[in-house]
Amino acid sequence: MVNDTRAALVRRGAIASIFLLVAFLAAWQWGPGLLGVPSFIVPPLSSVATEFVRAWQVYHLPLHTGVTAAEVLAGFMLGSLLGAMVGYLLGMSPTAELALSPYILALQIAPKVAFAPLFILWMGFTVYPKILVAILIVFFPVMVNVLTAVRNVDPDLINLARAFKASRAQIFWRIEFPSSMPPMFAGLRIGSTLAVVGVVVGELVGGNLGLGYLLTFGEGQANTPLVFVSIVMLTLVGGIAYLIVILIERRVLHYLPARGVGRNI
Amino acid sequence: MSVVRLEYRNVTMRFADSNDAGALTAVRGVSFSVHDAEVVSLIGPTGCGKSTLLNIGSGLTPPSEGSAFVDGERVAGPNAQVAFMLQKDLLLPWRTVAENVTFGVEIQGLPLKECKRRAAALLANFKLAEFSGHYPHQLSGGMRQRVALARTLAVDPHVLLLDEPFSAVDAQTRMVLQRDLAQTLKQANKTALLITHDLAEAVTLSDRVLVMSRRPGTIIDEIRIEMPQRDNPIARRRDAKFNDYVAHLMDRLDIAHVALEREGEGAAW
Repeated sequence: MVNDTRAALVRRGAIASIFLLVAFLAAWQWGPGLLGVPSFIVPPLSSVATEFVRAWQVYHLPLHTGVTAAEVLAGFMLGSLLGAMVGYLLGMSPTAELALSPYILALQIAPKVAFAPLFILWMGFTVYPKILVAILIVFFPVMVNVLTAVRNVDPDLINLARAFKASRAQIFWRIEFPSSMPPMFAGLRIGSTLAVVGVVVGELVGGNLGLGYLLTFGEGQANTPLVFVSIVMLTLVGGIAYLIVILIERRVLHYLPARGVGRNI
Repeated sequence: MSVVRLEYRNVTMRFADSNDAGALTAVRGVSFSVHDAEVVSLIGPTGCGKSTLLNIGSGLTPPSEGSAFVDGERVAGPNAQVAFMLQKDLLLPWRTVAENVTFGVEIQGLPLKECKRRAAALLANFKLAEFSGHYPHQLSGGMRQRVALARTLAVDPHVLLLDEPFSAVDAQTRMVLQRDLAQTLKQANKTALLITHDLAEAVTLSDRVLVMSRRPGTIIDEIRIEMPQRDNPIARRRDAKFNDYVAHLMDRLDIAHVALEREGEGAAW
């Protein structure tokens, strides 16, 4: 019975969702014309679609998308790896955390994207400054979540392992590391969307590759449809990154009880 | 008299007080011993240092003065002869029931095959065999506590230290779990120190009951439970002497005159 009502709920939700999408696309196509909004402000859906085809053929859209996706992937992987490692180290050493916390806090408050021009000064118009901004921006949510998770492990659980004469390494790999998985994945989800922000800002500031570059290029030519195409592609890249994290999370955290409505959000 | 398995010799434990520089004495000059295959209960008011004694016995915290001995050897740290079980089941959510049972033996480095064999035997004994592949969140509170007991027994300890193991489950489940524990302890000839707030639990499960005073905790009385059938707590509850023992313990704890402590006081122990 419960499954029946849940299936019905999901079905109703999916139908409503598709209806909303159709309504949105229709509003995009005919809304601007009906409200008298000029097409250089909000181009209708059809002209964005036409521009998409043109960008694919003339402006090397696949190349720019690929470059951005690769930068996002590199920045996300390195940033989360670094964030997790520092999170575990600080989580296991309260002294290190106390010593470093003011600097970490300062760096966390500093808007990471503001570093983009600096990194371009350092490394030129290459892919590296973009990856570096992504690393910096992904680092914090992952590190903070891992740190908090390690700090919040039930001390009785550690005592249980200690009473079985567990070594420090055994306590880490059998208790602390697996305990930190759910919060770490929460951090990775946030990180996967932030990585796109970091990369785009890097590309906006300098270089001649990537969707961020295409964005400024379109802006310079007053080509509003191209700006929209770039935004849609960026959303797609971010969405795929988020989806990949969710799929890995499902596999790793398979032991958790199924969550309620809207499981994957 | 048989061999002494667990002994506390003149154990005193002081903690640094968080409010001022002074030290807070949790237990003072506690001495007692538990013999082989004997079950001894420790009762006393909240904050009298019962759990502190358990931590000292399992080697997790060294006492300020005195020593604990297991099998005649001074406890200097965690050791394989002692295993403890708490009110919380402490099951690892990412491990299946069988994997949770083998947690301790795995750490102690037993071959995987032997670990699995022990888990299967214990789970069969506790009628949990069909759940061995389940995850803890799929079990009821009573079943989870039974898995925790199986994990404690899997390392085959000489001494079990039990800190209010059943206080988080409902009254009926508790009686079933008490019976399971009593039968297991009897069959395996295990020595156990049981900390409890439940006077009936102390009387039905133990050979002896030790009564502790308020903080700083000292042992103020020792009652030998002269009832048969230590492996059948439900039968013991029906025994004519049962109510007398409980009444006596109530008198010793002065339960009629104890004012309720402020919330949180003594909660650290």
